[in-house]
Amino acid sequence: MDQLLQHLVNGLVLGGTYALLGIGLTLIFGLMNVVNFAHGEFYTLGAYVAFAALGWAGVDFFVAVLAAIAAGAALGWVCEVTLLRPLRGESIDTTMLVMIGVWIVMQNAELLAWGGVAKSIPHPFPTAPLVLGPVAIAPLRLFVLVLAAALIAASWLLIQKTKLGRAMRATFQDRDTAALMGVGIGRIHAATFALGSGLAAAAGALLGPVFLAYPSMGDLASLKAFCVVILGGLGNLPGATLGGLLLGIAEELGAGYISSGYRDAVGFVIIILVLLFRPSGLFARQERIA
Amino acid sequence: MTRIGRWLPALVALTLPLWLSTYHLHVAIMAGIFGVLALSLNLLLGYTGQLSLGHAAFFGIGAYTSALLTLRLEWSFWPALAAAMALAGAAGWFVGRLSLKLRGAYFVLVTISFAGVISLVSVNWIELTNGPLGLPGVPAPELGPWSLRTKSAYYYLVLAAVALCYAVCRRLVNSRIGRAFVALRENEPLAESVGVEVTHYLVVAAVVSAAMAGLGGSLYAHYTRFVSPEVFLFTYTVTMVIMVVAGGKGTLAGPLVGAVLFTVLPETLRAVASWQWQMLAYGLLLVLLLFFLPRGIVPQISAYIAGRPRSDPGARAPSP
Repeated sequence: MDQLLQHLVNGLVLGGTYALLGIGLTLIFGLMNVVNFAHGEFYTLGAYVAFAALGWAGVDFFVAVLAAIAAGAALGWVCEVTLLRPLRGESIDTTMLVMIGVWIVMQNAELLAWGGVAKSIPHPFPTAPLVLGPVAIAPLRLFVLVLAAALIAASWLLIQKTKLGRAMRATFQDRDTAALMGVGIGRIHAATFALGSGLAAAAGALLGPVFLAYPSMGDLASLKAFCVVILGGLGNLPGATLGGLLLGIAEELGAGYISSGYRDAVGFVIIILVLLFRPSGLFARQERIA
Repeated sequence: MTRIGRWLPALVALTLPLWLSTYHLHVAIMAGIFGVLALSLNLLLGYTGQLSLGHAAFFGIGAYTSALLTLRLEWSFWPALAAAMALAGAAGWFVGRLSLKLRGAYFVLVTISFAGVISLVSVNWIELTNGPLGLPGVPAPELGPWSLRTKSAYYYLVLAAVALCYAVCRRLVNSRIGRAFVALRENEPLAESVGVEVTHYLVVAAVVSAAMAGLGGSLYAHYTRFVSPEVFLFTYTVTMVIMVVAGGKGTLAGPLVGAVLFTVLPETLRAVASWQWQMLAYGLLLVLLLFFLPRGIVPQISAYIAGRPRSDPGARAPSP
C-alpha cells in the first residue's frame, strides 16, 4: 500500500510535466491543425536553456524556467512565421513533414552544440527527501509539481479570460467565421505556436533537473505529448491535464509492477487503444477547446 | 529518347560491378536495399496517401526474422527470406486492420506507436533477440552451390530484388487495385460511393508494402551480417520518407531516384561533414524540398521534358 502511494506521488510529478507538454501540443494540433513532431525538441531546448542559465549564469531556478519559456516561445514564433504561415493552405501532410524536418534540424543542432553526453542540470534544492507519512518526495520534485500546476492554471486563465484566449477559442471553433469577425488568424496562429512551444520548454526546464538533459530526450517527449493529446481529446485543455496525470501514473505503475524496460511502451499502447476504441478522447463528447 | 531513357539505366545497373570499386559497389548495394524500402513506403504514401512513420518496424521485423531463422534454426537463406516477408506482411495486415478507420495524423500515430512497441520488444526480450547487443554472424546467402558472399554477387541479388519490387509496384499500380488506391487518396467518400471498398484496399496496400519492407530487412541482415535494435531507429523511417518525397511520391521511378540520390549524397559528404552535420543538412533539405519542389524530382523532370516547365496552372503568370 505504501509502495502504491509512493508510485502515485511519483506518477503525479511526471504527469504534471506531461500535462504541460500535452497542453502545448493540443493547442497547436487542435487550433492550427499542425501535427507538430518538433514539439519534443522545444522540450529539449527548455532543458538546455535551463542548464545554461543555472550552470553558467548561475541564476535563480525561477529565472531559469522563465528564460526557458521565453526561448521556447521566441523560437516557436519564428517557426510559425517563417515555415508554417506560408504553408497554411497546404495539406496536413505537408506541414507534418516540414515539422519532421524542423525536428531533425533542431535535434542535430543541439547535438552539435552540446555534444551527445547527457548533462546533469544543477538545482538549488536539498537532495534529502521530505517524508510525509508513508511517502517520500524530493523537494525538487515537489517544486516541479507546484510550478507545473501554476503554469497549467495560467494557461487556462489565458484561454478562458483574456481577449487573446477568446480569439483562440473562436479560431478553433470556426476559422473562417472568426476571420470574418475580425480575428487576425495569422496573429492567433503565431501566438498559439509560441504559447505551445513555451509550455513545452517549461516542461523541459522542469523535468531536466529531475532526470538528465541529452539531445534525443525530445523524441519520447513528443510521443508522450501525442499520447496525452489523444487521451484528452483534440484541443481539450482539462482533458490534456487529466490525460497527462493519467499517463504519468500509468507509467509509474507499469514500471513498478510490470517491467521497467517497458515503461515507455505504456504511452504507445495507450495511443493505439484510445484511437481504436475512443478516438475523440476519454473525457470529451466532441472535440473542443478549453 | 524514351527508349534510351528506359534502357540506359538498366544497362548501367547490370554492368555496374564491372567498373566500380568494392567500396562503390557497397554504396550501390545500400542504394538498392533503400530502393526496395522506398518503393515499399511509396505504395502507401504515394498511392493511398497514408503516411506510415512505422516503416522501420517492418524493415526490422524482416531483418530479425531472417537472422533468427538462419542463426537459431539453421534455415537456409531463401526460406528465411520468404518467412521474413510473410511475418512483416502479417504485421502490415495487423497495422492495416487496426487503423481501418484512422486517417492522416491518426494513422501516422498508430504506425509510430506500433514501431515503438516493437522496438522496445527487441531491446527487452533478451532470450530471443540478445537485447541491445544484437545478433552477430548472420550467414551469407547461398544459391545452389555458390555462396553470394562477394560484393558483386550480392549486388545482383539486390538488383533482382529491386527489379522484382519495381515490377510488382508497376503491375499493382496499373491494375484495378492501383486505381482503387489512387481513388482512396484523391477522394475517399467519392471512391466509396462508387463502390470501391476503401478499407479493404488500404489493408492490401499495407500488407504488400510491409512485406516489401521485410524483404529489404532480410537483404540488409544478410548483407551486413549483423542485426541489432538499431534497425528500428527512426532515422531509417525518416530516410525512406525523404527518399520518396524527394524522388516524387506517387511515381514509380521517383523512390528509386530518391534512394540512389540519398545513399550516394551522404557517402560523398562523409569526407567533409560529420554525421550530425549531414543529418542537419537532411532536415534542411526536407524543408526546402517541401517549399520549392513539393512534387519531387521525377514529376518535375517529366513535366520539363513534356515541354511544360510549369504544369501547375496556378504557377503560370497571368496573361495581361
